[in-house]
Amino acid sequence: MAESKETETKEVLHWRKTTRLMFTHLGVWLFFGFIIHMFVHTLNQYTIPVLGFPLGFYMAAQGSLIVFVLILFIFAKQQNKIDREFGFAEDEE
Amino acid sequence: MATQTTGASESFYKQLGRMYGLYTGGFVGFILLLAILEQFGVPNRVLGYFFVFFTLAVYAIIGIATRTAQISEYYVAGRRVPAFYNGMATAADWMSAASFVAMAGSLFLQGYDGLAWVLGWTGGFVLVSLLVGPYLRKFGAYTVPDFLSFRYGGNVARFLGVIVLVCCSFTYVTAQIFGTGIIASRFLGMQFEIAVFAGLVGILACAMLGGMRAVTWTQIAQYIVLIVAYLVPIVILSTMKYGIPIPELTYGKAIAEITAREQELIKTGLAVLCTAADCGPTTLKPHIQPFMNYTPLNFFGIILCMMIGTASLPHILMRYFTTPSVKQARDSVAWSLLFIFLLYFSAPAYAAFSKLEVYTNVIGSNITALKPWLFTWGELGLIQVCGRPAASLQTAIDACKAIAGHQGILRFQDFTIAQDVIVLSTPEIAGLPYVISGLVAAGGLAAALSTADGLLLAIANALSHDIYFKMIQPLRQAVRSLLVAGVAIAMVLGIYLFLAMPSPLNLNASWLPSALQLGPVQWRWLLLSGLGAMLIVVLPFWGRANDVEKRLIIARVLLLLVAVASASLASTRPSDILAMVGWAFSLAMAGNFPALVMGIWWKRTTTAGAVCGIIAGLSLCLFYLITTRYYPQAGVKYFGMTSLLNPETGRPLVEVAKILADPKWLADVPASAANPMANRVGWFDLNNINCGLLGMPLGFLVIYVVSLMTKAPSKEMQDFIDEIRKPRGKTVLEEKTS
Repeated sequence: MAESKETETKEVLHWRKTTRLMFTHLGVWLFFGFIIHMFVHTLNQYTIPVLGFPLGFYMAAQGSLIVFVLILFIFAKQQNKIDREFGFAEDEE
Repeated sequence: MATQTTGASESFYKQLGRMYGLYTGGFVGFILLLAILEQFGVPNRVLGYFFVFFTLAVYAIIGIATRTAQISEYYVAGRRVPAFYNGMATAADWMSAASFVAMAGSLFLQGYDGLAWVLGWTGGFVLVSLLVGPYLRKFGAYTVPDFLSFRYGGNVARFLGVIVLVCCSFTYVTAQIFGTGIIASRFLGMQFEIAVFAGLVGILACAMLGGMRAVTWTQIAQYIVLIVAYLVPIVILSTMKYGIPIPELTYGKAIAEITAREQELIKTGLAVLCTAADCGPTTLKPHIQPFMNYTPLNFFGIILCMMIGTASLPHILMRYFTTPSVKQARDSVAWSLLFIFLLYFSAPAYAAFSKLEVYTNVIGSNITALKPWLFTWGELGLIQVCGRPAASLQTAIDACKAIAGHQGILRFQDFTIAQDVIVLSTPEIAGLPYVISGLVAAGGLAAALSTADGLLLAIANALSHDIYFKMIQPLRQAVRSLLVAGVAIAMVLGIYLFLAMPSPLNLNASWLPSALQLGPVQWRWLLLSGLGAMLIVVLPFWGRANDVEKRLIIARVLLLLVAVASASLASTRPSDILAMVGWAFSLAMAGNFPALVMGIWWKRTTTAGAVCGIIAGLSLCLFYLITTRYYPQAGVKYFGMTSLLNPETGRPLVEVAKILADPKWLADVPASAANPMANRVGWFDLNNINCGLLGMPLGFLVIYVVSLMTKAPSKEMQDFIDEIRKPRGKTVLEEKTS
């Protein structure tokens, strides 16, 4: 019984951390998917040096996409670390 | 699968690398060979045939070599596709003919506003990884309805899941088969209807024998073809123009030049700027200026609907069922987006380069000096000069002469180009050898075929696994006989309707002697007897088959039927269906997303809550779509809908009161495509493609309220949810069934 209590609290803690990680990345997603593009008029007043893109256009065409790719690789790594910390990671590999 | 030793999977991984490395090398060698052949004067048509048939043959060989007789191989590729390769397969699965051919075109036409599609079709993968994908992998389903049925205990949820799946996948797959027909007919000079059925054979060769396993390995091959084909032309173009072979960096300069040229056009009176006073379709909308085509609400609405749609589309989610572990499912989503990103962040470069070309070398030039590439597309009606298809120089000159006071200089409003032309014509505009055009055609074909394969498999698997195996098989013999009788009657009716269909079905090859040319009804009979013959071939196997074999036979027969149905539909060029593809995202979003997310993230979600939520969300979305498209009069009269507004001037797009007074449009029910109110009315100035914005919140709300009103799920169910939240351990479904 004691052991099952222990896994139960481990489960709760694991899920709390997982949820927090999810909301953090969801926040970054929300910012780069929507909020930053609401200021496109302001951002377009700046031009990226050398390349010549207006900043607001660049964020929608490339900037946000790069952030999305990074989010996914970083999230995969962090979630895996959380799983290992609580002993919930898979054995193989 | 868990018993597989690390050593074995490592050598499998290495072998895969060798095989696909060799394949890529072979493909590049093949392109070079054709380039040399072209220099020796081999005609373009022959080069086109080489490209299409070589690539199709490779896909078919992979498809046949990976055939399988095992259930888990057929449905989830044995769950041993490594993250990296599953990423590639998902990217091919995801990027359709529309992504490959049409997206750069809509960026050309809409400028900044077109980026809503780019953002929406990439950011959704963040949601897949954070909220849904890895958990479904841990659950261990074969299909998405499988999960719904288990989590929401029973066949009602499963059946609703199948309905959502078929609603959003069938129109989508029809559009892909239509795309293969368009590309093959344009580049091979085949007749469109024949090209559609040729594409169908290509699709079936990949999917039929090996199911998910075969589709996975061909999709990887198709990804390599499509990404090479997409990038090569603009890399060459960027090198020619700016000396740097990275178009994604150099097109910033092109955009600056476009902006300068736009002001010049306006100053010299060659274009009229879109302003708050007048922003009609013939006015110029500056390329980097936001919110001139969509209001901010619709712009962000499209982003959100496409993103959440991505995370709810069954044919994408089921790709993550094939990875060896939950960890690899997460890695795989990251790889998928990286591979998709390679195409999507290059699309704006296509748009910028061709827009610059059009603005500098077409608009403002003398009509007699128009370049010949224009007329090859003008002949197909895809480029218009002075309001008429520019089939030849003479028609263009005549059309402009007919306009009073025309100076003979092409103005902005004189020139219209269809969005599909941009990518396909770039090699010609840049004066590249024909081999590059052939490559682009092969790439577009790969994009359409790979998506069609994934979608067909999603539909056929839902019908065979969820409907037949899980719902019909367990029924009592008597009920089953009744069902079989019902299906037989429905099929007879279907055949009758198929034969009586008024639309033309003409598959005659032009080189056939006229005595052998068949009429539309005879063609239908021929197709039906082909199907009948196939059934007769299958029947003896059926008698001797064990249960596993029976399941696979059913799966394949259903795949074939769905494929033939959508190809027949595609061959009639159904304009409505093609326009509806964007709707699939909103339907998936409204129907699937709340039930999937709440099922994983909120233990208290009950069966009643989920069932009501799916029905409410999907119905509201469907209601909005159908009313605004087909019954706008009723929408205005009974449901308080008003005209959508022009994003720049803020004036209504249509004068509703005037049209309602016109008996011609009042009688037009359901509304035809010509009806000025179709797709132009709604609530809150919301485009109907964004109906998910109405349906999804309602779905969440209903699930929440009804769940709280009903009894909490059993302890067993709550333990099961804990189980899918932990990657470690067996898949939940395996534990339950073994």
